[in-house]
Formats: sequence, C-alpha cells, structure tokens
Amino acid sequence: MLKRYPTLRYILTRAGWYLVTFMVAVTINFYLPRLGTSNPVDIIMAKVGAGLDTEAAKEKEEAYLKEFGLVELDKSGEIIRNESGKPVRTPTWKQFRNYVLMVMKGDLGTSFLNYPKKVGDMIKEAVPWTLAIQIPTIVLGWIIGNVLGALAAYRRGVFDKIFMPFSLFISAVPYFAVGMILVYLFAIVWNIFPAVGGYAGGLIPTFSLSFFSSVIYHYVLPFFSVFLILAGGQAIGMRSMCIYELGTDYIKYAKWLGIKENKILFYMFRNAMLPQLTGLALSLGLMVGGALITEMIFSYPGLGMAVLTAIQGNDYPLIQGCTLLITVCVLVANFTVDIMIGFLDPRVRAAYGGK
Amino acid sequence: MKILINLLKTPAFVVGIGLFVLTLLMAYVFPVFYPVDTITRVGMPYMGPSAQHWLGTNHLGIDMVSLLVKGLRASLYVGLLAGIIATIVGTLLGIYAGYTGGLQDDIINLITNLFIVIPQMVLLILISSSVKEGRSLALIAFIIGATGWTWSARAVRAQSSSLKSRDHISLAKINGTGTFGIVVKHILPYILSYVFMVFIMQTASGILSEAAISMIGLGPYDSVSLGTILNEAMRNEALTDGAWWAFIPAAILVTITAFSLYVLNNSMEGVFNPRLRK
Repeated sequence: MLKRYPTLRYILTRAGWYLVTFMVAVTINFYLPRLGTSNPVDIIMAKVGAGLDTEAAKEKEEAYLKEFGLVELDKSGEIIRNESGKPVRTPTWKQFRNYVLMVMKGDLGTSFLNYPKKVGDMIKEAVPWTLAIQIPTIVLGWIIGNVLGALAAYRRGVFDKIFMPFSLFISAVPYFAVGMILVYLFAIVWNIFPAVGGYAGGLIPTFSLSFFSSVIYHYVLPFFSVFLILAGGQAIGMRSMCIYELGTDYIKYAKWLGIKENKILFYMFRNAMLPQLTGLALSLGLMVGGALITEMIFSYPGLGMAVLTAIQGNDYPLIQGCTLLITVCVLVANFTVDIMIGFLDPRVRAAYGGK
Repeated sequence: MKILINLLKTPAFVVGIGLFVLTLLMAYVFPVFYPVDTITRVGMPYMGPSAQHWLGTNHLGIDMVSLLVKGLRASLYVGLLAGIIATIVGTLLGIYAGYTGGLQDDIINLITNLFIVIPQMVLLILISSSVKEGRSLALIAFIIGATGWTWSARAVRAQSSSLKSRDHISLAKINGTGTFGIVVKHILPYILSYVFMVFIMQTASGILSEAAISMIGLGPYDSVSLGTILNEAMRNEALTDGAWWAFIPAAILVTITAFSLYVLNNSMEGVFNPRLRK
C-alpha cells in the first residue's frame, strides 16, 4: 500500500533505523560507565561519609543505594535484606530495565554533585544555550559556505584564488584552536569582546534589555569560532562538487541553448547541493562534539559546560544525562536532514517507489 | 619510486611533509639544544616570555617550552598508536564486509553506520570517565582507536566491494586461490595506497581527539600532552588573565601537526587517484 507514497515509505524506514540506533545508544549509555570498577555510591560516600560514625554512615549509604536504584525494594518501598541484614543488590540487567523505563518517562536520575537536584532540571537550564549556538551556526554555516563555494567554482578568478586557500586552512583548524585564537585576539589583544561566559557576571537571567544585549555581546566570539570552520569546510566541498557539475553535459547543453546564466547557476547549485546535504548528515556528530569544546573554552553555560563540571565532579548521572541528550539531538538532526533528502532527491522516490 | 618522485613534484605534499618533519624535529631534535625540564619550578606563575624561557611559565612556574616538547611527543605517540589501531580494525572489517558481501556485509555495515551516527565524543567521554584510575597515554590511544575505526571501515568497504567483481579476482578464484590468498594478494595491493591515506587521516584525527578529550579533563594522568596543557591553562584562568603563552602555542602546535597530515593526505589523493589530476 505504501508503494504509492515512496517518500513516506522512505521516511518510515529511516525512522525505524533511527529508533534502533537510539536503543543501541541508550544501552551503550548505560553499560559503558559501568565498565569501570567504581561504584557510584562508593564515590559519593567517600565525599559525604567522612566524619560520620559508622551507624550514621550506614544509614546514609542505604538512603543513597535506594535513591540510585541499586538495591531491591519490596512493595512498601523498604529495602529487602538477606539473612545477615545486608541489603540485596539489584542485578545489573534489572537496573538497566529500570533505567530504560526512567528514560522513557524523561527522568534522567539524580545528580551526585548537586544532590538532590534532578539531572533533567540541570540539563534543562543548559539546553537553550547550546541550541542557541549550534542551530544558527550549523544552518548559517551550511548555507553561506555552500553559496560561497558555488560562487568560487563559477566565477573562479581572484575571488577563488584568495578564498580557497583560506577556507582550506580554516577548515583544517580544530574548533578549540579557533576559539582560543579568537579569545587571544579579540579579548586579550584588542579587548573588544569578553573572553568567557554567556552574560556579564553581575546579571541575573531575565527578559530585560540589558541582559539581552549582554547575551548577544558574549555570543559573538563562540558563534564565529564554530561558524568559520563549518562554512570553510562546506565551501571547499561545494566548490569541488560544482566544478564537477560544470563539466557535465547538461550544463554544456544549457549553455549552448543560450539559457540565462542565473538559471544555469541554479541548476548547478541544485544538483551539487544534494551530496552536500548527505555530507552534512554524516558529519553532524563531529560538529556537535567540536561545538561542545568551544562552549567549554568560552565557559558558555550550555551542555558543554555541564559535561565539564560533571566530569570534574565525578557526577556520573549528569555525564550520562548529557551524553544521552547529545546523542538524541544528533539523531534528531540527522533524521531531519534525511527527511529533507527524501523530499529533494528524486532518486529516493524512485528507489522506494517499487517501480 | 616513481610515486615518490610524483609526490615530491606536488607542492602541497612538500608543504605537508615539511611541516610534519618540523614537528618531529621539535619533538626529538630540538631538546638537544634546549634543556627540557618539566619538573622544576623555574619562575613565578604565568611569567611572560623572556630570553631564558622563550614562552614563559605555566601556572606552576614550569618552563612552557619544555612542556610543549613533552606534550608534542605524547600527542604524536597517541595519534600514531590510535591511527594504527583504527586503521587495522577498519581495514580488516572493511575488506571482510566488502569482499564477502551478503549477511556479514549487512551486519558490519549496520554497526558501522550506527557508530558513525553516535558522536565519537560521546563514546570517548563515557569510556574515559569509567576508567578514572590508571588512564595512561597508551590506554587513551587505544580508546580513541577503538571508537574511531568507523570511517576507515566504510571507506575501505566501498573500495574492496568495487574490486570484488573485477576480472582478476574471478581468475584467481578459478585458479583455486582461497579467500585469504585473494584478499592478501589481489585486493590489498590495490587498496594499499588508499589504506595508507586512511592511516594518515586517522592519525590526524587521533591527535585532535586526544587534545579534545584531555581538554575536557579526561586526559592521561601519567604524562603531559598538548591537550592537558590546554586543560590546565583553561582551569587556571589563563584565558581571563591574558596569559596567552599558556594556551596559544599549544593550540597552534596541535593545529600545525593535524594540518600537515591533512595537507599530506590531500596531496596524495591527487597522485594516487589519477582521475582527480587535472
């Protein structure tokens, strides 16, 4: 029945595939941190348990064991004990089942570092900042990079000669190095923009003009350090795609027919854009990783900073929450690009159309 | 030999190899002339560059140039080791999937695509944070290699899958050559240049990954690397204090090392793949 709607069929197939990927990601997210020998409760106990006498420490430990779902509970919520009075530990597979159920409900557990704060609440504060950096940089960087690359291929000449080596260099520079060099030039040498932070230190996040202007003022450097690399990389890819397209028969034919230059440019752009879109889907994971490091350099209050503080404080639930969220964001972004490809690429319709 | 002459005629190759040799010289020959000491505190914290200490000191008062030399060595070591691991794993899986095809191919392809979509950074963070104790340079290289093979597997698979239907493979099969023999004698030689390019890219990305993971604070405990230098600078307010010598040289060194490999790879593509030559 779906054969009549090839695009829909394609989208459903992709959705199924991403669902499988998501389940694998959740599994990895649960089991990888448990590869190490360290038990989360021991880590917190080492921190809070100091100074408590054995009885109080034991009580506290059991409260934590209960909180993090590491012991079996009976129906009334009491800890089940074995003959010697020790709490019965939950087997890992059961913990995993509980973890999956919790994630499905949107509960990412409790933070160690800011106990008893919920990881979900901590992440909620960080996500808008990260999205505010990543979505505009990826979208604008992709569009501007592609337009410039196409122009470089079509116009050639001086523009191409200056622009291309610059793009080639900038796209090979790691994200953190660009961030650091921008900090050095604009914050230390010229003192135009602030070096770190998402807004000025004394301000409280409110919907006021002074807060917004401070946010934008702090936004410039982190934005450009991601944007430059992305646009440069896209421009190089687009340029070589366009040079290839310009050599094809349909362009030559269009030129012989005397079709307007703008229209030819449009044909070339449309055909060269598709591989670029596929390329974007594949490299999203790398970009997001790079942008996280940029956040850390600028102490930008997004997910990157949350990861950094979580790692410094051994806050495993927060680390896991962040990594899971990052993965989900990358999967959603990939899926979006895939859907766009489904609508733009006639070959997809042909492949899923059955005929 | 002819390939080498062709390569040396390519300006980009000369630039790439020149820069890379420069980093090697800095890591291994330069210390002959410069007293490398990463233990003694030779001055005040964040002392600016001087004739004695060319790039000043870090937050503990240790000579920056010495730290950079040690850090560069560590980064090169991690990059090469991670590159070797990722290339071997990727090549073996890629050839196996591409040559045998069928169900094995589908399974390996599925796994490869899965791990391409899940960000490598996420895997690196999860694994490294679970091995808090005893995170040595070699272990970090191993983790980076074990999470970074996907790209090489995909690339090698595409190559060997297109080789599979060539006539010389069919001839070898008729002659009764076994799968192992065909892979070693009739597939590997064709993709060897390709595998070498993959290795260079994996080394570059290994160096970058090490820098990234160390910057987050999940770097080696036993040694200095370029990433740990950056991490210390970030943690000890070098960016807000304006102590540029504590982070700019290290960032530039990472960039130059990765960039030289990147340029090398690009130039080789032109020589090994004649269709791109114009």
